[in-house]
Amino acid sequence: MTSYLDDGLTIRSWLTTTDHKRIAILYAIAITAFFFVGGAAATIIRLELATPQGDLVSHDAYNKLFTAHGVIMVWLFLIPSIPSVLGNFLLPLMIGAKDLAFPRLNLASWYLYVAGGLLTLEALFLGGVDTGWTFYTPYSTMFSNTYVVLTLVGIFVTGFSSILTGLNFIATIHTLRDKAMGWFKLPLFAWAMYATSLILVLATPVLAITVLLAVAERLFQIGVFDPAYGGDPLLFQHLFWFYSHPAVYVMILPAMGVVSEIIPCFARRPVFGYRSMAYAIMAIASVGFLVWGHHMFVSGQSLTASLVFSLLSFIVAIPSAIKVFNWTATLYKGAIRLDAPMLYALGFVGLFTIGGLTGLFLASLALDVHLTDTYFVVAHFHYIMVGGAVMAYFAGLHFWWPKVTGRLYPEVWSRIAAVVVFIGFNLTFFPQFLLGVEGMPRRYHAYPPQFQVLNLFSSAGAGVLALGYLMPLVYLAWSLRGGPRAGDNPWHAKGLEWQTRSPPPTHNFDAPPVVPEIVYDYRADERDPEGAR
Amino acid sequence: MAADTDAALSSSFRLMDAAASTQASRTDAIFLAMVLLCGAVAAVVFALIVIFVIRYRRGRHVDRTPPRELRGIEIAWTVAPLLVFLAIFAWAARDFITLADPPPDALPVSVVAKQWMWKLQHRNGRREINELHLPQGEPVVVTLASEDVIHSFFIPAFRIKQDVVPGRYTRLWFTATQLGVFPLFCSEYCGSEHSQMTGRVVVMAPADYGRWLASGPAQPDMAQYGFALFRQLGCSGCHDARSTIHAPLLDGVYGRAVHLQGGRSVVADANYLRDSILVPAKDVVAGFEPVMPSYAGQVSEEDLQALIAYLQSTGKRNAP
Repeated sequence: MTSYLDDGLTIRSWLTTTDHKRIAILYAIAITAFFFVGGAAATIIRLELATPQGDLVSHDAYNKLFTAHGVIMVWLFLIPSIPSVLGNFLLPLMIGAKDLAFPRLNLASWYLYVAGGLLTLEALFLGGVDTGWTFYTPYSTMFSNTYVVLTLVGIFVTGFSSILTGLNFIATIHTLRDKAMGWFKLPLFAWAMYATSLILVLATPVLAITVLLAVAERLFQIGVFDPAYGGDPLLFQHLFWFYSHPAVYVMILPAMGVVSEIIPCFARRPVFGYRSMAYAIMAIASVGFLVWGHHMFVSGQSLTASLVFSLLSFIVAIPSAIKVFNWTATLYKGAIRLDAPMLYALGFVGLFTIGGLTGLFLASLALDVHLTDTYFVVAHFHYIMVGGAVMAYFAGLHFWWPKVTGRLYPEVWSRIAAVVVFIGFNLTFFPQFLLGVEGMPRRYHAYPPQFQVLNLFSSAGAGVLALGYLMPLVYLAWSLRGGPRAGDNPWHAKGLEWQTRSPPPTHNFDAPPVVPEIVYDYRADERDPEGAR
Repeated sequence: MAADTDAALSSSFRLMDAAASTQASRTDAIFLAMVLLCGAVAAVVFALIVIFVIRYRRGRHVDRTPPRELRGIEIAWTVAPLLVFLAIFAWAARDFITLADPPPDALPVSVVAKQWMWKLQHRNGRREINELHLPQGEPVVVTLASEDVIHSFFIPAFRIKQDVVPGRYTRLWFTATQLGVFPLFCSEYCGSEHSQMTGRVVVMAPADYGRWLASGPAQPDMAQYGFALFRQLGCSGCHDARSTIHAPLLDGVYGRAVHLQGGRSVVADANYLRDSILVPAKDVVAGFEPVMPSYAGQVSEEDLQALIAYLQSTGKRNAP
């Protein structure tokens, strides 16, 4: 029996495919490459910060490195990671569809993503850009002497890939669900993809507009953001964060979706409070549009604006808290196994909890005055984006690897890697909370010597973390040929994607899948062959 | 009462060795409360995860009868955080509102930021670079201007920070409580030598500060210098009672409500005066023609601050 992997073996057959599963693989290859480029930049940054003097690279090189790290990790890795790889592969399978609603548009998304990514890389190789990934004006539009326009054009093009993917997912979820799959039988991963897609479609155009205005100001000196030409620099920040705050939810909602699939499977319990989980996803996606001003408490925005944004930021934390409590409650009276996907998923819950709670520190107005623009913020968002989104991506990668490739990876190595990543991550980023509390500003190439001890811990941790990320690269690659055959459903999981072969046939299902009466129909007793063991 | 509680809380804990302003101890109290609260929440969640993973690991014989749907507990863990969050919001907002409202008698200091240095000036005209001398125990209000990009004025020991935005004034205020030398950082990325844009704040006993202030080179104070500019730039040619050109008189304008064309009215603060000099067509005073030319590009940030200091001083002179 042939699978989607055997259906055309030439490079041409891959580059012209409209199969959502093959496009997912194309995305996986591209984002993995960008992940290691962005990671290399981070490695040099941490080496530089091991000593207080700026002695490894120059000021300008350092500024270009943290900009490259941010731009690549945000737009070329995190935003496409779970939606474009796992979402692409799984969404049609999970709802019993043959493909996405617009398969050719899906391939176009990938080409736009690659084109935007290459433009950005070109800017990097020509000499780089030094504005920070936030491109604050008027520095970016009037003062920087680096490849700002090329990078912004790259981001602009990549944005269209996001918009098209979002449109595709929304149309797919509305129109291609199995007849028996009502909205409240959707797996939470599909709910997360739906909410994420809404954000991509509604917020990305604002980024596109902002980027174009910045390019126009830089090229033609029209006064939009530069006060010297009658513009307003805070306007840029409002527009930028109107996209970039919801973009954080583009990273974290899919991660929540992944973890909501894995924890019930390895605890053999239905997810606790399924409906409140679904509502929480939608609540985060909508209230998340109304909190952007919490990035600007000391920017000079009005007192009234800061008060409103602070209050709304506390409110958006409620649905996140509900989700953490529900994942924990799902473990209660379960039959729990700690396979690699579960280790990564539980790691996600722990790190996301810390990331979320420290977000409350930053939402507290008077406290934010001290902590904003320090390493506390750096630590906070890495707990959300790396501790949260990247851990969940690895959880999902390990969970669905047997489905995607038909092979099993070495279980012992994968568990070791999960633990190494968890330890390395905390060693890297927890000291940064303390650095921020002590007042070390972010984006400092050289720093006063009293901050060195904590920076050394952080740099040492980065070494451990890098090892943790390289291990899966090796054993997953090995498993492609050397791994034992996985079978259709090695975890005895209940989603529709496990009812087909591994790897699935091109048209996804040999026979129509059966939608279960209730979603996450796991049981920790004899009625579930896995739960009774 | 509340302030006493804050002080008592913060005396037991310090963010760093120095908590050197009145706001620092209040911010530290919020920080400590957050650490205890969030630490407790995280500890309970992590403990439950570990306990459940051990107790309910697969293969262990244990009662796994599924619990009933617990609507009550779901409501509880939604409402309880909401109430706690509202309380924290209010606490931190109260202090933030205080930070936005400097006392009227605060000692004024003018700061101009540029790539990559801080230029500071005291009212008597004494200038400093990357260093700020201050008296202990007296409120200080700092007016911030930028010559180029956005910077941020950050004194960790005081727990205060304010972005410096080109094209407008921002300000912050504090009362230093400890003698000593404290770091000053630029905390908004501003280009190549951002990490070199640092300085120090020297807090002195009031008598020492008075001596230090008087010891500088003899020079006109900011208001006198501003008055000289007022004549030199030709402002006085129109804004004078004897002038034939119909222009508003500016004596005592600072801090007054000004009625504008179109029926709006604004308080003539530093930002309004700044815009009136650089973008005079923006807010034209009711009853006057928009005839004033823009002085953008002709006055430096320092001179603008001196002009405004002069206008401010006319108000004090005429005050009853």
